[in-house]
Amino acid sequence: MFASYMINGWIMATIIAVLAGAVGLFVVLRGMSFAAHALPLGAFPGAAAANLLGINELWGLIGFSGLGVIGITQLAQRQRRDVATALVLMALLGLGTLFLSLSGHYAQGVYALLFGQLVSVSRAQIWPVLALGLVILVAIGICFRPLLLSTLSPDLAATHGVSPKRTDFGFLLLVGAATAMALPVVGALLVFSLMVGPAAAARSLTDRPATALLLSVGLALLTVWASIAAAYVSDWPIGFFVGALAAAFFAVAQLSRRFRRAA
Amino acid sequence: MNTLAETLTVSQLSVSFPGRQVLQDVSFSLASGEVCGLIGSNGSGKTTLLRTILGLQAATSGTVHLNGAVGYVPQKIAFDMDMPLRARDVVGLGLDGNRLGLPLPSLSKRRKVDAMLRAVGAEAFADQRIGDLSGGQQQRVLIAHAMIRRPRLLLLDEPLANLDVRAVADIVGLLNRFAREEGVTVLVSAHDMNPLLSVMDRIVYLAQGRAATGRTETVVRTEVLSRLYGHHIDVIRVHGRVLVIAAGAADEIPIAVEKHPVHVCEIP
Repeated sequence: MFASYMINGWIMATIIAVLAGAVGLFVVLRGMSFAAHALPLGAFPGAAAANLLGINELWGLIGFSGLGVIGITQLAQRQRRDVATALVLMALLGLGTLFLSLSGHYAQGVYALLFGQLVSVSRAQIWPVLALGLVILVAIGICFRPLLLSTLSPDLAATHGVSPKRTDFGFLLLVGAATAMALPVVGALLVFSLMVGPAAAARSLTDRPATALLLSVGLALLTVWASIAAAYVSDWPIGFFVGALAAAFFAVAQLSRRFRRAA
Repeated sequence: MNTLAETLTVSQLSVSFPGRQVLQDVSFSLASGEVCGLIGSNGSGKTTLLRTILGLQAATSGTVHLNGAVGYVPQKIAFDMDMPLRARDVVGLGLDGNRLGLPLPSLSKRRKVDAMLRAVGAEAFADQRIGDLSGGQQQRVLIAHAMIRRPRLLLLDEPLANLDVRAVADIVGLLNRFAREEGVTVLVSAHDMNPLLSVMDRIVYLAQGRAATGRTETVVRTEVLSRLYGHHIDVIRVHGRVLVIAAGAADEIPIAVEKHPVHVCEIP
């Protein structure tokens, strides 16, 4: 399984797991799971659009992800957040259908974008993802306390000079960027599983915020590594293992939390 | 009236939302170490007044003058049960929640947080998850969060709502202690003034966007309160204790008195 063509995919998956774990913790704590689900699904038509224009897929993904973030933020000022998210997802998926039909023979590409294409990662693909990933991680590290405070209570954050609106927008941008990067590699459906599953388990397993962040990253890494190995051995799709493992971690975490509360 | 001792001066403050005047010409001032009750029914503008004092809401006209830092305890926060934050983390965020960078362990921070937890009587549950605490315990933690930067003025939005009788007495006692022992000015909003009567120096009563203010003993009188509420209110003094009770169903159907028990409090 460590054949050279696998190594690149493995490095890429590792970078993405670290990111998904870190971003995912705040996605879960801030109640933004639906947005984290909608952004990858809404962004993937961006790849089709890029294909149509003959530019790099990543730009298309970043563009659509950005559109999604701005759309959700703008609409959420007057709508409930979930409604705003659903409206944006609706519009982007509509555009996606159009682009896909215009680009004709793109079915293979759609499949890859939904379910990932870990095997065919090239060394050249890794560098931009690594760079952008580091930027996102550093941003989360720097903003850790303001993010926590505004997650706890937007009102309290505001009295400490932390603008809840700007924090919200800034964080959604991070989610959008992480999504765009991860999408071609692990696919739109798996980005979401990786962001939500390990983080949801981590927050129940520990009651310390910094530990929860590390644990979330650790569980995401474990999920990805174990899934790659299991998929290699069994020939079943990686997506199945990622989903199953993420769900299993969550179930174990919930049980252990109930058990400790009862004790 | 405007001496140096004044911690908060609100003058002719008006706030309006699109199509609605929420506050009109509200004026009052609070001296250092005073406890003031901000009394009014739901929707009377209590939260808006507190948010305007904090600068979270823009005033249409009028001024707010603050003398020193402000601490704030917002209206009931619905804590997520699974939020990975202990009571001490919430208090710690009051100290450095706006700072950038990873939170490195610091002995001086730990000492400050421990001292604050002790001051509000929260040391016993300092290491428990915030979502697992009772309403009264969460309220103590939020007060510690607000007090850890040693503000001169503490604003609390309905801190007694949904608490049991014992927790109400504890929180009122705690606020009173901060005011008397440390000279903190406390402005606390409530829809029921009874639990606060024993500690309240001053009342700001809000109705229809206007405020009636005064010292507690001048406002808490049958004729004043009846005029404010637009409804007959009895203020009864028994053995040095004061009881505020609304006339109505209770007079006609005595059994209702037990259904709506009133708190009996002392005015020192």
